Amino acid sequence: MAKYILKRIGYMIITLWVVATITFVLINAIPGDPISASAGKVLDKKVAAEIMKKYKLDQPEYVRYGTYISDLVHGDMGMSIHYPGQKVNDIIAKEFPVSLRLALQAVTIGIVFGIVLGIIAAFKRNTWVDYTVIFIALIGVCVPGFVLAILLQYGLGAKFGLKIAGWSAKSLFDIYRYSLLPSIALAMAGLASNARFMRTSVLEVINQDYVLTAKSKGVGKVSLVWKHIIRNAILPVVTMIGPRIAYVITGSLVVESIFSVPGLGRELVSAISNRDYTVVMSLTVFFAFLYIVSLLIVDIVYVLVDPRIKLTQRKG
Amino acid sequence: MKKYSKDLFKIIGYSNKDLDVMVRPNVSYWQDAWRRLKKNKVAMVSMVLLIIIIIMSIIGPMIASVNYQTQNYDLLDKNPMAKHWFGTDNLGRDLFGRLWMGARVSLRIGFIGTLIELLVGCVYGGICGYFGGVVDTILMRIVEVIVSVPYLIVVILLLLVLPKGEGTIIIALCITGWTGIARLIRGQVMQLKESDYVLAAKALGASPTRIIAKHLIPNTIGIILVYMSMDIPAFIFDEAFLSFLGLGIQSPKTSWGALIFDGQSQMMFHPHEFIFPAIAISVTMLAFNLLGDGLRDALDPKLRQ
Amino acid sequence: MSKLLEVKNLRVSYHTYAGEVQSVRGIDFEVNEGETLAIVGESGCGKTVTAKSLMRLIQIPPGEIKEGSEILYKGKDILKMNQEQLRHFRGAEISMIFQDPMTSLNPTMTIGKQIAESLIIHRNMKKKEAMNEAIKMLKLVNIPNAERRVKQYPHEFSGGMRQRAMIAIALACIPKILVADEPTTALDVTIQAQIMDLIKDLQDKLGTAVVLITHDLGVVADVADRIQVMYAGKIIERGNTDEMFYNPKHPYTWALLQSVPRLETGHKDSLYSIKGTPPDLVKPPIGCPFAPRCDYAMEICKQEMPEATIITESHQALCWLQHPNAPKVEVPFGIGGEN
Repeated sequence: MAKYILKRIGYMIITLWVVATITFVLINAIPGDPISASAGKVLDKKVAAEIMKKYKLDQPEYVRYGTYISDLVHGDMGMSIHYPGQKVNDIIAKEFPVSLRLALQAVTIGIVFGIVLGIIAAFKRNTWVDYTVIFIALIGVCVPGFVLAILLQYGLGAKFGLKIAGWSAKSLFDIYRYSLLPSIALAMAGLASNARFMRTSVLEVINQDYVLTAKSKGVGKVSLVWKHIIRNAILPVVTMIGPRIAYVITGSLVVESIFSVPGLGRELVSAISNRDYTVVMSLTVFFAFLYIVSLLIVDIVYVLVDPRIKLTQRKG
Repeated sequence: MKKYSKDLFKIIGYSNKDLDVMVRPNVSYWQDAWRRLKKNKVAMVSMVLLIIIIIMSIIGPMIASVNYQTQNYDLLDKNPMAKHWFGTDNLGRDLFGRLWMGARVSLRIGFIGTLIELLVGCVYGGICGYFGGVVDTILMRIVEVIVSVPYLIVVILLLLVLPKGEGTIIIALCITGWTGIARLIRGQVMQLKESDYVLAAKALGASPTRIIAKHLIPNTIGIILVYMSMDIPAFIFDEAFLSFLGLGIQSPKTSWGALIFDGQSQMMFHPHEFIFPAIAISVTMLAFNLLGDGLRDALDPKLRQ
Repeated sequence: MSKLLEVKNLRVSYHTYAGEVQSVRGIDFEVNEGETLAIVGESGCGKTVTAKSLMRLIQIPPGEIKEGSEILYKGKDILKMNQEQLRHFRGAEISMIFQDPMTSLNPTMTIGKQIAESLIIHRNMKKKEAMNEAIKMLKLVNIPNAERRVKQYPHEFSGGMRQRAMIAIALACIPKILVADEPTTALDVTIQAQIMDLIKDLQDKLGTAVVLITHDLGVVADVADRIQVMYAGKIIERGNTDEMFYNPKHPYTWALLQSVPRLETGHKDSLYSIKGTPPDLVKPPIGCPFAPRCDYAMEICKQEMPEATIITESHQALCWLQHPNAPKVEVPFGIGGEN
């Protein structure tokens, strides 16, 4: 197990390096220098000079690249140009917890509700319960997340005056109240997909021979469903959770913006529109880092859950 | 005991005619698949719906009352009316025309993007699967690295760097997307290479061309079709997402994503500007998904009847 | 020998796209304590459906056990039991082993737990006690290293071992009847012999009756006390082993016996196979279902289903050749062979 994790971490580092390099190359391919490109900001001469020095913008590219990589390795994510003086590390420290909470809530809702709905739909096949779940699943998959988010925001939030739009971190209750809608918006695609997948998986497992064997032993309904059916049906769904993380990350960009949640997603979006390239660069690498780490976690979970997978086996 | 006449008891045995009676008529794979698809009402409705949407995207802007780019300051933010079936937007432009122009763009991105991905993926995957060995190992390692990079990030970066527009979007989205189909094709080719019936065909002296034509292609087309029906909506979705970030199609040109983005700011008072493109995109994606499901069921050889 | 199971007028149909498939069209038979009954026939003749019916494992829908069917276990009709009674019945009084040991075992549960499951349910054992018993069962079916194996998963066992594990699971609660549905079809020939010996051995030790479902008459010779041959949903001949092998009366039985490859078949001789395929059971033929493939078919065979002719107390055949009006037909090959 340890060897496997080490190997994965090795891959992680390589990938992050590739991402950082690609990011650097692309950002530097943008015509003009970052300072003048910073949208609509005229910088104080002294501040501009400081930034020039910090980023060695007057130096040739390979020097800048070296500095960039060494900074990253030391955990220094640089500074914002649009808001000079603001360190990206601080931004991350302040806003990452917000995004993390939202993401965790969304993933939990997506997994728990998705799987439960999928199971119910499978057992009540071809009844109105089934059709409702399928309907919800279709909506979640086909209506783009941001459309749903906008509908929720304006529909439930503004139009009906329910105090669940906006953001305030004054109390725990407040936090839950305001994060409810964005979490749901973020969770929908995952929920829908999980429900559909789980339903199919359960239907497949129900027809398997070993379920018949269990029945022939006189196994009770509860035991049958839990130990024999769900235990096996859940495996393929777990594999799908990995890619789902990517959707949550990209989805957060949009959902946070729509609901004005002060998280990293919204930060990245405004950095893009402000052409704050240093921030864009650093956040990009950070997001890549998050994505790769979560993939590793999911893979480990899967290995623990399915006895048939040996660690040396990698699905190609 | 019942009485039976003696001549009922002469031995006659059986004839080959009796044997053949029991066999059901033979149906080819494609005929069977098409028949199954036709039976699936939902999939058929989806297909018809998509055809309608495609037709509308072509003739829609033509039958609109004005050109989609014309701005009319007297008619800002109007609800659906006689002259403007879907109303107007915040610059007085006819939404009906804009919607269907946007349809053209979104659909084009979807189809062309998918086709490019398919081409690249098929060739790449085919080479990997056919040659195997070192070639395969190297090429697949490259794929693994590409896959571990979260693709939307690359897309966003590319769009920051390159000039905005339809072409750029297509290229940016394709750059990492082809890996999926490459893996699929590689798997198929490898499986077929080892499969019993290809071996049998070879043993019977079939030439490689014949094997490819009669065995490889019919088996892979099914998968490709299903993949296409899932991929096209993914492209449309991504384009909408990018427009939302401001990286998509720029005014005065438009796409569904751009329309949703524009419409969002008018949600409070003129929701129709948002609702129409939202419905358009949702219905299209729904139709593609349902058709894809139907295709998958129809082409699955295990469900043959 | 007392009667354990009595099947009366069993009729089972499946409702499919193509129509109602009448898989079992009215059969009667019994199973006695400690004996081995073999049900033999081609694929699709209804033997597996019969086996599943004995434990009420037919999925309803699309299956349907028709009104008027009765399956009496120790006098009580299984078909009328409620879910609670059924649960106590299955696994404890009667259990089943299936054809494919690979897919018939839960891949995410250790073998030990799968054996222990029956014990915990039916014998109210505690987990530890059940696991110890499971180890004993594994030893009983000749699996080496039982203590280690008990914690392993099915994919860590070989094909033959999996089948043994299945037998261990099925016999854990020492049921009165073991239904074995083609237990050796998916295995190598050498392993087949081992498994059949194991079943016979356990039967002697535990006194279990065995209902052996198979399409292979060769497997049956050593093990069975009585044999029933099924075709197109009906039992067309039945008798004890000697009678069936030395004095078979039905042309289908003859055909089956001829298809068993024999040691003395010269390498130049072709293997015997019965021409044609079993009939469509959506529209079952009115007369004898085997007539279209029978060398000895007569006009009457096409018109009417023959009644059972009683040859001895244990031997019956459903064939018009047994009618006094029919010509005398000799069995078309040497009888007995090396059996």
